[in-house]
Amino acid sequence: MPVVIDVRELRTHIVTRWGTIKAVDGVSFALAEGETLGLVGESGSGKSMTCLSIVRLVPRPAARIVGGEVRLDGEDLLAKSDAEMQQIRGRKVAMILQDPMSSLNPVFSVGMQMREPLAMYHGLRGSAGTARAAELLAAVRIPSPAARLRAFPHQLSGGMRQRVVGAMAIAGPPRLLIADEPTTSLDLTIQAQYLGLLKELQERHRFAMIFVTHNLGIVARMCDRVAVMYAGRIVEMGPVRRIFTAPAHPYTRALLDSIPRFGARRERLTAIAGQPPDLATLGPGCAFAPRCPAAIERCAQAPGETEIASGHTTRCWLHVHA
Amino acid sequence: MSTPEANGATRVARSNGTPVLEVTELTKHFVVRRGALGWSTGVVRAVDAVSFDIPAGATLGLVGESGCGKTTTSKLILGLEIPTAGSIRFQGRDLSTLDHDGRRAYRRAVQAVFQDPYASLDPRMRVGAIVAEPLVINADLDGAGRRRRVADLLDLVGLPARAASLYPHEFSGGQRQRIAIARALALSPKLVVLDEPVSALDVSIRAQILNLLVELQQRLGVSYLFIAHDLAAVAHMSRAIAVMYLGKIVEIGDADAVALEPKHPYTKALFAAALPIDFDRPREDVTLSGEVPSPLAPPSGCRFHPRCPFAMPHCATDEPALRSESGRLVACHLY
Repeated sequence: MPVVIDVRELRTHIVTRWGTIKAVDGVSFALAEGETLGLVGESGSGKSMTCLSIVRLVPRPAARIVGGEVRLDGEDLLAKSDAEMQQIRGRKVAMILQDPMSSLNPVFSVGMQMREPLAMYHGLRGSAGTARAAELLAAVRIPSPAARLRAFPHQLSGGMRQRVVGAMAIAGPPRLLIADEPTTSLDLTIQAQYLGLLKELQERHRFAMIFVTHNLGIVARMCDRVAVMYAGRIVEMGPVRRIFTAPAHPYTRALLDSIPRFGARRERLTAIAGQPPDLATLGPGCAFAPRCPAAIERCAQAPGETEIASGHTTRCWLHVHA
Repeated sequence: MSTPEANGATRVARSNGTPVLEVTELTKHFVVRRGALGWSTGVVRAVDAVSFDIPAGATLGLVGESGCGKTTTSKLILGLEIPTAGSIRFQGRDLSTLDHDGRRAYRRAVQAVFQDPYASLDPRMRVGAIVAEPLVINADLDGAGRRRRVADLLDLVGLPARAASLYPHEFSGGQRQRIAIARALALSPKLVVLDEPVSALDVSIRAQILNLLVELQQRLGVSYLFIAHDLAAVAHMSRAIAVMYLGKIVEIGDADAVALEPKHPYTKALFAAALPIDFDRPREDVTLSGEVPSPLAPPSGCRFHPRCPFAMPHCATDEPALRSESGRLVACHLY
């Protein structure tokens, strides 16, 4: 299976009044065609910043990509010019964000905003563009697509709006789809429909997918592999089933333990002590150490990556056997 | 398990004596007015003849998708909306019969914690004043007494006493939710409505707050109406669960029965969509087509029939009543 996206030692820093925040601190992963990576972690762990760095849309000038490589089909995106990058974002990498209203322009009809990128990146103008837009809406199972092209975003339900965003995303068709909490604003039964649709589109177009979420149930359903982020680093990565059944990093374990599960009635949930770390005042050691029940002296230094099984890596001293 | 009453209004198990709140045939209609003349163009049956009990010292979970009437139900209970029909009985007394003092006492006894602790705490008030605010009007305490009570409340929710002199922005989301809980508990309520109390919080913080809520319930004997999208959290917290669809309760009963062996096709789809992370537990996978219809024009018969994978011809004409089925009540013609 050819590798679509290869991220190596990606580093993105944000300069703030309180100091430099290492929002993405040496993140590496690779994804093959048709493969889905779940990116989980709490707010501020660097999931979204990793995605924005891949498409080079980090909020400048405060945030800057300071190191690493992002290779899409072998080409380094960090070395591209802005104009080249715009073409890549239009054709090869698509994004679906949490709130469809932030992706859609409220004052233009669905058809108008769908035709614009079709004309720009695919040279489809006039009736050819309209026909293609209707075809894309049909592909995301929007009923009576020709009529929907005349609708404005506010006339559609949340689920329909997110489908429109999905239709625009697959116009490429993309090599990589980044879905950043795409179903968080949807109702449960609509979420289930949308996840099914994304899977179906992925099977048809074979794009690699990065799925950002904090919902581990969605990860279990959608992803082949999962990367757990904490304070800008991937602290554990591996096949989904393995991470869920044999988590190695204390944070992953704590996260899985803290979630209420059906049928496992417990008086108390195993809560994670303390607060998420303040990235501006982070020391050099393992960022989870202050909350970690298994912390040892060595945690004052940052642990490197250890492969504990095939394709299963973690950053924790407990798994370093010298 | 009680037997269904003649009018179809039915109740869940009353295992621990009298419930703190009994809701019977509760109905709220909103008249929709459009245009310059404001003529009525329709009626939204936001809550339509809903009956349930909230057990004393325990939790009723209320689940359903947006627009199903959960929030309207909670507003009716909080006294923020007046019911169109039906009754709410608090400790055996009908709310509509209460006099001025009775209503004041009710409002003290029923409190709420909302989703967003960034919006529900006044940024310009110190935490001490926020927690003390309900005490100023409602409790006969002098300044020193109030300060002592605030210190006790902060301690109860696991915050240091010095928190009283700080402002909300100095706290994280989880700590703010603790402040909101302390305020809700200030007047020793009998019932607290928890409307999505953890969904705005970080995943690693949610368990702390859920644990705190359970612990407070055990210590204080307070009842909760727990409204949330996270069905696993609802199942964890609740003794009973009520599932609403377009203003109606479609299934209600023991939390484990409803969550683990749902009977109503909608409940099945909802809990299947909640994506349990246990890989090896087999589950009936029901994915629904279509979207929730407009509450302005709910479908005839069973309101769920246009989306139901098991719909039969008479589902479109006959509205099913809640009937007892394997330890819970279900409104479905399949049973």
